[in-house]
Amino acid sequence: MLGFKSINAQLKAFLIEIGELSYFTSRFLKEAFKRPFEFKELLKQCYNMGNRSLLLVGITGFIIGLVLTLQTRPTLTEFGAVSWMPSMVGISIVREIGPIITALVCAGRIGSGIGAELGSMRVTEQIDAMEVSGTNPFKYLVVTRVLAVTLMLPLLVILGDAIALFGSYLVEHVKGNVSFTLFFNQVFDSLEFGDIVPATVKSFFFGLAIGIVGCFKGYYCKKGTAGVGKAANSAVVFTSLLLFVIDFIAVFVTDIFYDL
Amino acid sequence: MIEKKNISTQDIVLHIKDLHKSFGDNHVLNGFNMQLYQGENLVIMGKSGSGKSVMIKCLVGLMEADSGSISVMGNDITKLDQEALDILRADIGFLFQGSALYDSMTVRENLEFPLRRHTKKFGEAIDTQTLVIEALENVGLVDAIDLMPSELSGGMKRRIALARTLILQPKIILYDEPTSGLDPITAKEIIILMQDIQKKYNTSSLIITHDVDCARVIADRMILLIDGTNYAVGTFNELSNQEDPKIKAFFKH
Repeated sequence: MLGFKSINAQLKAFLIEIGELSYFTSRFLKEAFKRPFEFKELLKQCYNMGNRSLLLVGITGFIIGLVLTLQTRPTLTEFGAVSWMPSMVGISIVREIGPIITALVCAGRIGSGIGAELGSMRVTEQIDAMEVSGTNPFKYLVVTRVLAVTLMLPLLVILGDAIALFGSYLVEHVKGNVSFTLFFNQVFDSLEFGDIVPATVKSFFFGLAIGIVGCFKGYYCKKGTAGVGKAANSAVVFTSLLLFVIDFIAVFVTDIFYDL
Repeated sequence: MIEKKNISTQDIVLHIKDLHKSFGDNHVLNGFNMQLYQGENLVIMGKSGSGKSVMIKCLVGLMEADSGSISVMGNDITKLDQEALDILRADIGFLFQGSALYDSMTVRENLEFPLRRHTKKFGEAIDTQTLVIEALENVGLVDAIDLMPSELSGGMKRRIALARTLILQPKIILYDEPTSGLDPITAKEIIILMQDIQKKYNTSSLIITHDVDCARVIADRMILLIDGTNYAVGTFNELSNQEDPKIKAFFKH
């Protein structure tokens, strides 16, 4: 009985949070198109989020490219299909692995950063100070950060894909003596418009999810340093879960279009 | 829109009538009333959790009261739209308990920040540099102009926060625990600074504190906030000589 009550309370809390998150998203959409626009702050956030994630996305992409190729190679060799390696790696990285891995890395790097930053601003009354000074803190802090991560993530995904493919090429070059031109010719021959567009569109939604959840958790952070830690942590956990849900929906919708 | 009224010496600049605010079953304010006169230093004392900060946040529209009216220079803030409220906020300075300086900005940027939305107040030819320097001169910290908040001591942060409050040249300044967390010497310096500012700009000040020494020096009049109501009103001497144990408890050392 107690267990049922506990599950009931947790479900209720979860549904309330989903409702609040939906309201927060609708407020973002409303405020994003309303004057005054905070261009300077938007550019600053784009620079911060894009530039500071470059190294992490680059290293992750490179390792993913290496590992994917090294692990797949023996199986393809066994079936005598090793010449398909560039095509297989190209499609899997561009369609799925590149966007989701980059988004997960950014959820950890950017999402937690936004959650902690806004959380500490809430706890130390900086957000209240902003409001009292006549600046709309939602527009200045939330809209700029969500837009910045939404715009930057697709670019980071493209960069991550490119570095992952380069990592894969290095393995192929060392193990199979494949030339740079041959490898990338095969990669681009196998890729179609229908592989690149859904992946890019999906990346925008990944960015939106990272920004919205990070800002939501930080903006409504509970008082105290524990609240800031919780905001940063739950921003990463909730965003990671949401990324897989968005990924599933994106693949499902893309599949419908392929069938048509 | 706001209609500014002419204010004479004894005019009420801030009037709270029958203010109620609850959080669930916790009734924080139960019909609180007060008036703040032009040029007056009004101190509100109360125990921790008595609703002082809630009241002051309702005053600037950071929190919505359940019922009652709040009139600031003749404008009922509960009935103002966002734009009118933002214009009115340029006349109300707010010194936060923890200073609330923006961590990611330098002192100069912190002081320039309130000016970005209130350029109309100073006309088109606004010289932010002059205003920033003037505000820093008032608090004696011109040298700190390019420092980050993390490089400042607690007392310096409070002074910079006061300079940021002053930069819009407000008519009313709300102080939320201005001396809390400071050593006695720095606290005294802040109190002297508050007095100097009041004399220089003839501002009206609402000071929320539980620092008896601060109240003794600065208060023209005091209100004791007990059980969500204005339990007692008077000068420091009048209240400190009362026999009521609830009032006496505030002045015991």
